[in-house]
Amino acid sequence: MVKGKRKPLEEIRAALAPYNKVLVTGCGGCVSVCLAGGQKEVNLLMDDLKMLFKQANTPKHLKGYTVERQCNRQFLAELDELAPQAECLVSMACGAGVQYLAERFPNMPVFPAINTIAIGVDREIGIYEEKCRACGECVLAYTGGICPVTRCAKCLFNGPCGGTNKGMCEISNDIPCAWYDIYNRLKDQKRLGDILKIQTPMEWRNQTQRTVIQEGYEKRYAGR
Amino acid sequence: MAMSTENTHEFKSGSNLEKILKAGHFAFTGELGPPRGANVEHVIEKAMPLKGMVDMVNITDNQTAMVRMSSWAAALIAIREGLEPNYQMVCRDRNRLAMQADILGAYAHGIRNILCLSGDHQQFGDHPNAKGVFDIDSIQLVAMIKKMRDEGKFLGGAEIDGPPRLFIGAAANPFGDPFEWRVYRLAKKVQAGADFIQTQCCFNMTKMREWIKQANDMGLTEKTYILVGVTPMKSLGMAKYMATKVPGMDVPDEIIKRIQGVDKKKQADEGITIACEQIAEFKEMKGIAGVHLMAIEWEHKVPEIAERAGMLPRPKV
Ligand code: SF4
Repeated sequence: MVKGKRKPLEEIRAALAPYNKVLVTGCGGCVSVCLAGGQKEVNLLMDDLKMLFKQANTPKHLKGYTVERQCNRQFLAELDELAPQAECLVSMACGAGVQYLAERFPNMPVFPAINTIAIGVDREIGIYEEKCRACGECVLAYTGGICPVTRCAKCLFNGPCGGTNKGMCEISNDIPCAWYDIYNRLKDQKRLGDILKIQTPMEWRNQTQRTVIQEGYEKRYAGR
Repeated sequence: MAMSTENTHEFKSGSNLEKILKAGHFAFTGELGPPRGANVEHVIEKAMPLKGMVDMVNITDNQTAMVRMSSWAAALIAIREGLEPNYQMVCRDRNRLAMQADILGAYAHGIRNILCLSGDHQQFGDHPNAKGVFDIDSIQLVAMIKKMRDEGKFLGGAEIDGPPRLFIGAAANPFGDPFEWRVYRLAKKVQAGADFIQTQCCFNMTKMREWIKQANDMGLTEKTYILVGVTPMKSLGMAKYMATKVPGMDVPDEIIKRIQGVDKKKQADEGITIACEQIAEFKEMKGIAGVHLMAIEWEHKVPEIAERAGMLPRPKV
């Protein structure tokens, strides 16, 4: 799922300074799972902001509302009444949610409150690890289920490079080398042949905005 | 231009290095790092001691991810100074369009050797938050240049009006993990089209012997020329730094002990002695076609090292 982390409070405070009525919107989807932008985090952010503005003698009207998912039109519709009562919106959703919210209320300033970091997994509660860069051309079949686009610092397709250091990546002793892991996993599976072949240059498919239409829906949206 | 396109039928590139290797001579190449500025004098100064001492000089490309004069530009100065450059190109800083454009430009100006590298990660350099390009990797770069040269086609498939006839090089690190993978990575580079290989600085002779034996057994040394990287240690400090701080470098304790064992003033000399002993062994080792001397910020010592290693005079071909 999408992983994010809240922006520094000061950055959010500065963005909101010119406005008196603010609606902070949370998202019950991915960012809620990674403890960045769900109902609970909306309340925390509001408490923090209220305190800051009060200390600065510039109290504001802050309201919070968390929808099921900000990346879906039906759920965003819940904000139709509340949003126009504010002067600006804060979105605690991922970058996609922020944009969909802004698209729904095109006359209103919308400020992101989190930085969207990654498509990743839950390593532990509160620890999330990037796993996918959405390159659009998945190579995991021949790399033993380990992504070289995300995990190899040099995005190599024919690795490992000469920098591997006792299984760690040359950029840090704390980051495992993706290709060292790929090599060992394929070796254990007796599939090393997969990486002995030269992998030809990647056909990057993430260089323009992409839209997905699933197979069963192609007819319905034909001509779009 | 210092080099012409003569012998294009007999040779892939007609570069001095290619001719030396094809004639069966033991090659001896050097290195020159471009300056951190437009200081031409600086390049000339570093080029001077290398003249006549080496067959070709590697011109590094933003090495350690620090901005420097571009590799092709410093290579042109080297040509003017009477050296044959080996144009290093890393995958970190440019995409496939820029790479192919620079390759054509470099060839048009008389550059005949190229070395394909992944490049040190930008995090190490002076612009740590730069966007690394890594559009294609070093093996794909080798294959791309081979396609440009031999098929006269761009990576995208279109015809090239005047293909670049370059002698294609790649790097190898026999000391990286996992060791048993290293010879296969070499095989991939050879398969992609590497005419010659320059290895990481070698200090661990046991591993080098083993790697070369594997390469011999797989028939790789008949398909490519392997030049082993040799770096003389200047001091104990440098030896310790190389042993602990440089990724992928393998410096055995015995090297450190030898340098430690001599008087501080004699450490540089001992470093050169070790390098010369290595070169002497490589000259006799089956499968090794030459030595690539990386005398890091020690260009003025190259004549002395070349002399002591018995590399002089360099053959004229
Ligand atoms: S050390 Fe491993 S993960 Fe790091 S750049 Fe090299 S191959 Fe990629």
